[in-house]
Amino acid sequence: MIEKALKGGRGYWAWIALLLILIGLGVSAYARQMSLGLGVTGMGRDISWGVYIAQFTFLVGVAASAVMVVLPYYLHNQKAFSKIVIVGEFLAVSAALMCMLFILADMGKPQRVLNVLLYPSPHSMVFWDVMVLNGYLLINLVSAWAVLGAERRGVPAAAWTRPLIYLSIPWAFSIHTVTAFLFAGLPARHLWLTAVLAPRFLASAFAAGTAILILITFILKKTAAFDVGQDARQKLAVLGAYAGTANFFFLGTEFFTAFYSNVPAHKQSLQYLYFGLQGHAPLVPWMWLSLIVGLISVGMLMTPSLRHQNGWLASACAGLVLSIWIDKGVGLVIGGFVPTPLEAVVDYVPTATELSVTLGIWAIGLLVLTVLLKTLVSVRAQQ
Amino acid sequence: MAGLGALAGIGAAAGMLPLFALEQTDMSAFSESPVPGKVRWGMLIDTRKCRDGCSGCVVRCHHDHNVPDFGKSKNEVKWIWKSRYEEAFPTASQQFQSPEVENRKVLTLCNHCAEPPCTRACPTEATFRRWDGIVSMDYHRCIGCRFCMAACPYGSRSFNWQDPRPAVRELSATYPTRERGVVEKCNFCSERLVKGLLPACVDSCTEKAMTFGDLNDPVSEIRALLASNETMQRKPELGTLPSVFYII
Repeated sequence: MIEKALKGGRGYWAWIALLLILIGLGVSAYARQMSLGLGVTGMGRDISWGVYIAQFTFLVGVAASAVMVVLPYYLHNQKAFSKIVIVGEFLAVSAALMCMLFILADMGKPQRVLNVLLYPSPHSMVFWDVMVLNGYLLINLVSAWAVLGAERRGVPAAAWTRPLIYLSIPWAFSIHTVTAFLFAGLPARHLWLTAVLAPRFLASAFAAGTAILILITFILKKTAAFDVGQDARQKLAVLGAYAGTANFFFLGTEFFTAFYSNVPAHKQSLQYLYFGLQGHAPLVPWMWLSLIVGLISVGMLMTPSLRHQNGWLASACAGLVLSIWIDKGVGLVIGGFVPTPLEAVVDYVPTATELSVTLGIWAIGLLVLTVLLKTLVSVRAQQ
Repeated sequence: MAGLGALAGIGAAAGMLPLFALEQTDMSAFSESPVPGKVRWGMLIDTRKCRDGCSGCVVRCHHDHNVPDFGKSKNEVKWIWKSRYEEAFPTASQQFQSPEVENRKVLTLCNHCAEPPCTRACPTEATFRRWDGIVSMDYHRCIGCRFCMAACPYGSRSFNWQDPRPAVRELSATYPTRERGVVEKCNFCSERLVKGLLPACVDSCTEKAMTFGDLNDPVSEIRALLASNETMQRKPELGTLPSVFYII
């Protein structure tokens, strides 16, 4: 079935070539990191995680959001999602793959990664995260591939795919809950040490994930003449709007608790991110951009007259993705390290090497997604 | 006679094979099998005795353990260092503190917590709490994920962001060097304790500002000092139960 991805027009191959060039750049940057060490990144003793872990966190959310099409389709028989459900699952596969690559890129000794399995440590959240992420990737790849294969042969999907798909629903919640627990269980990192982190991760994931899905359906419609249907997009837009609202509500509760209680440790990270702390305010414009664009986008998605127009819908989705990418892919991870345990305010600036590796991993994910979606579109076009 | 011949053969080989030429382990240290939790090594630092401007213990520790010197850069590696009072004790009372205390430098190092958050976060048990309470590192198992660094509330852990060996000023034979890509930190000189020696920092202090001993031994010197002085631990509210105590 994968051979279908080998037939495409000029635009398709130009896109593949672009991705391959970016992957090549990423690989060469990674080679530099491997030979010189992680010192070539902007990370250091105080801000010991950076864009890699931040992208990982954002992408776990994108992966989890497949549940927003799988759940309505398989549990509530929402026929509107029939054409989009495999798109969602393939998006989950590529996002989960990128997550794992970002973790690998962040490791000082990637050659020892199997130590996580050789010395399983259930007390460590990383152990659980590796388990659930790999499992989630496999579940989605196997079930979506089997369903699509059956579709190609014109037969009903094998009976075993059903329980697997049902399993993917709680599994989607688990991957982002465990990812939140990576952060929320660490003492003295007060931005993360909050019970609302897991719910907020899920809300922001479902908002950004559905928005990305809607944008992908627009791209598929335009480039591959494959339309999942206006109905599916509208239903997703509403889901995204409510998830986005929940996300900003949770963010608001963080602000209230921190600033009304007036406990310095609870306030400092938020102060650093949104207002600046001890004269350091590198992320302030980013965070306000995220907040304003996010709120406007949610408002647009909530307004039926705007939501029904494709132009407005697409820009609202792009806005929501940008907002949550800044929030989770920039602010959350870096903000959690400021101030340091010894009360210093340290800034982090990613290096060109680090950004090239990041871009390369995104390109790998997009390549995998392109190939999977091309297969899907070709199978569907045959019928 | 054949047995004797074989022994003689081994004896002769010992001189030739480098494997047999390793430094002999002091077996007396292992005469008793370790009982988990029986010993809990701890340290009491009298900040009043710690001389301003002196950094003898820091230099000695970093020399003995081949800690690379990257200066105050983001790649800095340190096992023990001096912090300002408010940096070391950010949650302690700060207002209207005497200027002398406010400016006092406090030695900071790994607290070898009884409830360490770092070992909990480690996905490979590369950092673990030993039978004697020391939070130790296995540099050969560490995957360099730096979860322990995010988990440590004291900033006591350093990562080798680049190859540390060229930055080791004067190679010491007392402790192995590390590779880039792994985390390291103070080990309470477990390599000295096994020989019956005090930690290098304690040994080097001319002011006798540091007392080292078994916190589980009610008649130890450190317990007597803890009982007779008002002492502090860093961030006690986190429940990590540090084994390093301070007299302010």
